[in-house]
Amino acid sequence: MAYVVERKPLTLSERMYIPQILAGMRVTLKHLFAPNVTMQYPEERPAIPTGYRGVPTLVKDPNGREKCVSCQLCEFVCPPKAIRITPGSVEDQPDRTHVEKGPQAFDIDMLRCIYCGLCQEVCPEEAIFLQNQYSMTGYTRAEMVNDKARLYELGGTLPDQHFKWDKKKDAAEHGNAH
Amino acid sequence: MIELWNSLHPLVQAVIKGLAVIGVMFPFGGACSLVERKVSAWMQGRPGPNRAIPFWFAWVPVLGPFLQKLGVFHLMADGGKMFFKEDPVPGHVNKFYFYLAPVVGMIPAFTTLTVVPFGAYLDGAGKLVPLVLANLDVGILAVFAVSSLGVYSLILAGWASNSKYPFLGGIRASAQLISYELSMTLAVLPVFLVVNPPGGSGTLSLFQVVEFQSGTWQGFTFASLHGLWFGLTMPVAAVVFMVALFAETNRLPFDMAEGEADLVGGFHTEYGSMKWGLFFVAEYSNMLIGSGVFVLLFLGGWNPLPFLPLASVVGWLGSHLSPLFLHPIAMGLLSIGVFLGKALFLIFVFMWVRWTVPRFRYDQVMKLGWQKLLPLAIGNLILYAILIAIFQAKN
Repeated sequence: MAYVVERKPLTLSERMYIPQILAGMRVTLKHLFAPNVTMQYPEERPAIPTGYRGVPTLVKDPNGREKCVSCQLCEFVCPPKAIRITPGSVEDQPDRTHVEKGPQAFDIDMLRCIYCGLCQEVCPEEAIFLQNQYSMTGYTRAEMVNDKARLYELGGTLPDQHFKWDKKKDAAEHGNAH
Repeated sequence: MIELWNSLHPLVQAVIKGLAVIGVMFPFGGACSLVERKVSAWMQGRPGPNRAIPFWFAWVPVLGPFLQKLGVFHLMADGGKMFFKEDPVPGHVNKFYFYLAPVVGMIPAFTTLTVVPFGAYLDGAGKLVPLVLANLDVGILAVFAVSSLGVYSLILAGWASNSKYPFLGGIRASAQLISYELSMTLAVLPVFLVVNPPGGSGTLSLFQVVEFQSGTWQGFTFASLHGLWFGLTMPVAAVVFMVALFAETNRLPFDMAEGEADLVGGFHTEYGSMKWGLFFVAEYSNMLIGSGVFVLLFLGGWNPLPFLPLASVVGWLGSHLSPLFLHPIAMGLLSIGVFLGKALFLIFVFMWVRWTVPRFRYDQVMKLGWQKLLPLAIGNLILYAILIAIFQAKN
């Protein structure tokens, strides 16, 4: 439906400019004395909200064990194919080499990563998290690829709500397979 | 010291005085650019430039960081950068005129300074003597005549650059400056009609205008009008002059010549480093002189308040605080302080308006100049001529 916007004729004070300009100057003067809204970035850092999707990292469980079991789901789901995992055996338990797995190498190419968080969402072990780090810099392309050691260094240990493996162990000790 | 000064050839004296004034003016022009950046930032809710600091100043405990926050050192950093960076000259320009344009811009900016009085002191005989390089009797005419030469710099820059945006900027500058000069001059005329009563010897000296405004309160009589500044007795003339001043100095909202929104950089698109810097110092010098002339004409010059002329303030200070204030140097400094304070406040108003009013379109600029301001100025002139004919003829 046609809709006609009513154009009101300008009032005298509007046509004289001066009162309008003075009113505008009052607003500007208020802003002159208002506190600054900018942040002095390198010295001041922004507060990171919860749920922020920063650089993806690998985390350990509260017992200091590697959580990733090298299932490669994140590698498959990663839309820009930034993750490259070489599966391997668990190092510290030689008797279980072919039973349990852990990543031999885990590389995330931060030049490809789009911070979508699908890896975190898909991980059945809650081993990969997008945490608070928001600034990544490097002089070479190689520097921008986070390897396994770096990923664990960035990730650290996160509190665990489930203690999946403790429960499994408990269950096994009490005669239940699951 | 004074004997040595008096023994110098008058020409040498004049050169020294001129260099001293320019030596003050040039840094002031530069400082205005910093103030502009800082005030712009504050009005936009940012802290503004606050990084540069020479390391030996960083050692000074409180003062160093304070000056750094104020951005004082950015002034030197800017100047140093502009002096030492590469000065590219495009291959397609007319080199002679390209180099000439910034110089032509600087000359009128500094020349007008000679006829603008910036203070006054009482000499031994109790007579008020202006602090001015050349107390010409044609004062305001000289200001208008020389300052309007500044437009040649913009035209020359726009034309010599041999490229379309500078050319458009130059054309706009010439049209705009010529249009607003008319209203500006007409707005000033009533002031001089009042200053020169019929029958007396006429003068166009700016010093006389200020002297005319230094009256005291004498009850509700016509003599009391001398204490009021012309800005209060002739508000329309003051507003017209102010608006024309914005246009003459190419300040927003009349930013036609530069027009970075549509003309890249306008007349100085092809300029870089110190040549560009000279354009800016010239622009700020023009602003300083323009606001100085406005202060002299409409805001009572070096008189601190209406009905409170400098002479009575100094007399009060001398009798109540210390006789030191009666010394001509102290009085001169005080008058310069009052005058500069007013002029710098006007510079602040320039910046204040810049961040308040959006740019006019080019046709709106022309319309405002020719169809609004010019009739207003003429009407104002006629009105005051009639008023003067009614009231002054009787005295």
